[in-house]
Amino acid sequence: MNTAVGRKIVMSVTGVSMIAFVTVHLLGNSTLYAGPEGINAYAAALHRFGVVIWAFRLTLFAMFSLHVIYGVQLYLDNRVAKPNGYAVAKNIASTFAGRNMIWTGLLIAGFVFYHLLQFTFQTVGPGPAAAAHPDSAGRPDVFTMVVQGLGSYAVSGLYCIGLAAVGLHLGHSIQSAVQTLGLNSERSLPLVIRGGTLAALLIFLGFISIPLAILAGVVK
Amino acid sequence: MDLTLFVWKQSGPEAPGRLEEYRAKDITQDMSFLEMLDMVNEGLIREGRDPIAFDHDCREGICGMCSQVVNGVPHGPLEKTTICQLHMRHFRDGDTLYIEPFRARAFPVIRDLIVDRSGLERIIRSGGYISVHTGGVPDANVILIPKADADIAMDAAECIGCGACVAACPNGSAMLFTAAKVAHLALLPQGRAEGARRVCLMTEEMMKEGFGSCGNHYECQSVCPKGIKVKFIAKLNREFIKAKVKGG
Amino acid sequence: MTLDGKCPSGPLPGKWEKHCHDLKLVSPANKRKYRIIVVGTGLAGASAAATLGELGYNVESFCYQDSPRRAHSIAAQGGINAAKNYPNDGDSTYRLFHDTIKGGDFRAREANVYRLASISSRIIDQCVAQGVPFARDYAGYLDTRSFGGAQVSRTFYARGQTGQQLLLGAYAALSRQVRAGTVRIHPRTEMLDLVVVNGEAKGITVRDMVTGRISGHAADAVCLCTGGYTNVFYLSTNAMGSNVTATFRAYRKGAFFANPCYTQIHPTCIPVTGDHQAKLTLMSESLRNDGRVWVPKVRADRRPPHEIPEEERDYYLERKYPAFGNLAPRDISSRAAKEVCDGGHGVGPGGRGVYLDFSDAISRVGEGKIRERYGNLFEMYEKITGEDAYKRPMRIYPAPHYAMGGLWVDYNLESSLPGLFVLGEANFSDHGANRLGASALMQGLADGYFIIPHTISHYLAQTRPGAANQGDPAFIQSVEACEALIKKLLSIKGKKTVNEFHRELGRIMWEDAGMARSRESLERALRRIPELRAEFWENVIIPGGEAELNQELEKAGRVADFLEFGELLARDALHRNESCGGHFRTEYQTPDGEAKRDDENYCYAAAWEYKGDGREPELHKEPLVFEDVHLAVRSYK
Repeated sequence: MNTAVGRKIVMSVTGVSMIAFVTVHLLGNSTLYAGPEGINAYAAALHRFGVVIWAFRLTLFAMFSLHVIYGVQLYLDNRVAKPNGYAVAKNIASTFAGRNMIWTGLLIAGFVFYHLLQFTFQTVGPGPAAAAHPDSAGRPDVFTMVVQGLGSYAVSGLYCIGLAAVGLHLGHSIQSAVQTLGLNSERSLPLVIRGGTLAALLIFLGFISIPLAILAGVVK
Repeated sequence: MDLTLFVWKQSGPEAPGRLEEYRAKDITQDMSFLEMLDMVNEGLIREGRDPIAFDHDCREGICGMCSQVVNGVPHGPLEKTTICQLHMRHFRDGDTLYIEPFRARAFPVIRDLIVDRSGLERIIRSGGYISVHTGGVPDANVILIPKADADIAMDAAECIGCGACVAACPNGSAMLFTAAKVAHLALLPQGRAEGARRVCLMTEEMMKEGFGSCGNHYECQSVCPKGIKVKFIAKLNREFIKAKVKGG
Repeated sequence: MTLDGKCPSGPLPGKWEKHCHDLKLVSPANKRKYRIIVVGTGLAGASAAATLGELGYNVESFCYQDSPRRAHSIAAQGGINAAKNYPNDGDSTYRLFHDTIKGGDFRAREANVYRLASISSRIIDQCVAQGVPFARDYAGYLDTRSFGGAQVSRTFYARGQTGQQLLLGAYAALSRQVRAGTVRIHPRTEMLDLVVVNGEAKGITVRDMVTGRISGHAADAVCLCTGGYTNVFYLSTNAMGSNVTATFRAYRKGAFFANPCYTQIHPTCIPVTGDHQAKLTLMSESLRNDGRVWVPKVRADRRPPHEIPEEERDYYLERKYPAFGNLAPRDISSRAAKEVCDGGHGVGPGGRGVYLDFSDAISRVGEGKIRERYGNLFEMYEKITGEDAYKRPMRIYPAPHYAMGGLWVDYNLESSLPGLFVLGEANFSDHGANRLGASALMQGLADGYFIIPHTISHYLAQTRPGAANQGDPAFIQSVEACEALIKKLLSIKGKKTVNEFHRELGRIMWEDAGMARSRESLERALRRIPELRAEFWENVIIPGGEAELNQELEKAGRVADFLEFGELLARDALHRNESCGGHFRTEYQTPDGEAKRDDENYCYAAAWEYKGDGREPELHKEPLVFEDVHLAVRSYK
């Protein structure tokens, strides 16, 4: 599997897994719109899985690491393979998103790091750590943590940048994964490209709706 | 019509290169792009200057020898056309053209617009064939091949090995080239027996030669003078996964 | 001297088999001790090198392109003949043989042609096994089509790129041998000389086109598969790099050059547009299956084609040759086109063109079907001319295309120099005075896959391996001579470019030794060529140096040889006081303008021996004996 094609397949498999996670994550997030009752109950329900959730987290972390390591390696190899461009640059088929996968990817890595510290490990603010502040039912108050955490323009701005990176990254990667896994035919390719872009856009809008809703005061 | 050309000049593989300015005067619509360069060269030679070196041979768009990038596009602006088949009626008086060699680490410049594409040779040598000896083969009609399969195999087999796909690829990948051969042979019953081995050997060799990996940007497909489709890259990936799953 | 083609005796159908049995073999363990040089990687060269490598010989393969896959066989469009009789339309080995002999105007060696026809079928089997994606019908069987000069459908094809697919098949076989270590490829390397040791060909001298280094390569036998010489006309359908140097230098070293005047002018090429033109593009002859050739009946008619009513059109091929119509053989169609254009009926710029009209076929089978059959050809035509041939008829005109002449070889494909074998278009053997369509691919592959492996072993079995090496005086002298020639070329520093000389030579050849020749025009050519050659050696300008990639220097060497060779061609044409196939002497024609052969005096292959610079070459004759066919007037009416 250590050929370029093998590595790309690893990228696709790990990528597709993370896309699946992101989709579930988005569905989970949408419970925020149901108020503290929604998301706090959802978080508490998840925590009841205990060991399973940690196993899941570790698997996801392994996927993430593989994806990053191979991604960076492929990027470096490709830069060596194409050391200089043309005097007049002309792109016919490639997209901004496609050409900047490494940068959106690295941005996502940074964003995820901050996001985990803020909402999973709850070691950075703003917003009170949910674990230390139970709600009236004795559950960690995730709702307050998120609403206060995203209440600042600076943090929401950061989220917008991070989520834009996610959107762009997915904009290229969904169709790319389908192609790398060999699932395309001549007829499916344009549909997959359009479908992938649309799915990326929906995911992006879904996620970004939360900080925007909080800033707009729709959720409080 | 008159044109301004900026042409990549480089005296040898190690020498530094640069774009040099030339004028192409009294060009007519019926000339091919290479005939335009011939004319510029004739003028340079008469002035005692160094002509522009470029690869070309059949000038019918089939040998795959010509290898130039015009304004950032391998083989120039016209779709499904090699540079030798591009005619000047697609340009306008006063145009400025940047003419460069195919660029990729696996294609070192030999001189001016001439590059070394022997990496593609070695990819084929690694397994791009059916291992059949001369003689001792069955009658041609013994193994039937459905027309649809033969047609798709032919679509892939039309590759002329020019390397425009590599030149256009942001990653300098030779995936379309390799995939065309893998798909051509995988689609035919005669080629199936070695299919798994072939795809593994060829993709390994591609990496060894310093070609990049496929980023699924599809620039290759849009510059391919024979219109070879990236569906063949999907086919290669499929063959690769099958080979790995089966072979462990 | 009377030459002996060494044809085996006995009845025609059994000759080859009997001969194979009589040929000596090299034992498997000894094969690797023999080194064979193969120059050229077209169909003949690639198939020969691959097959010899498979057998275990040590093969060195040379080509001037950057890859063996780019040899000009790649450009053959239409197809490859084989007497498979799949369509059950009456084809047979004998019929293919007879068609080829007749098509060659009875100027080919009977035994060779029969062997070619009998091998033809195995070529298709071989190519299919290699993965050549020939056209198939819906049931999965191979499809065939008809081609000029034949009344049966025996041409196998892969869209309009049959040559490409066959060459890529041979190239694949060659690549496999490179990996196996039996063949080494020397790309971007041009042969400049043949090295002869004790009267036998034992190696070549080459120039590395990247570094300019000149070096000798020794071997036990040399195969030249270097194609034809029609670039002597400057404008031809050959690749820009196609040249006569390899075969001509072999001629200078003692190999006889046979029938150089037999050149084929292909009827369906895209007409010339101006002086800038670097080459001519062929449109496959298969187009004549569905296209109808015509010119306006009125002279200098400038109306657009669709405005010319049916009754004012002259479908001259259908009129003159009702049996074959638009499928008349190449030489006949070409001459007919020249005739109507000379008569003032030509169309397009300069009146040098005739229409090839598809409107009938389109209304009969629909545009979709035509697109399926010839789509890529129509696209190519549009790219070059900017015209849509689905809407208006194509304009076509004849152009030099193929050389039937070449180095003289015997039945074993061995030249008059022992150890020098010549295959494919580079030899003279199978097509006589005119080649039928789809037969060149057949011959190249027959020679390379199925003939040379047998015949070369016969020669090698009688030689000691490794008898010659690069340190021999003959190699050192050859390298020095090549270096001196290059120095001389570079030192001229005159005023005219190589292309200007080539263009001028082409004009002389086309006007005076082209489609129609006369004693007067040939004598004129024989005066003009030496003058031009003298001017070349005083006034050519070649920029750059020798120890670098220098494309002008490469061209200069080739043109220098064309300037010599053109004279040989004209001399041969002048000596042959008859018209046959591609050689048409205006003095020798029937009252209705057809070629008039002289079987009594010219039924021989003319092989020319080099006698030194400034001296006339000596003519040797190989009488052509026809045991099985009856010499007849070739009629396609």
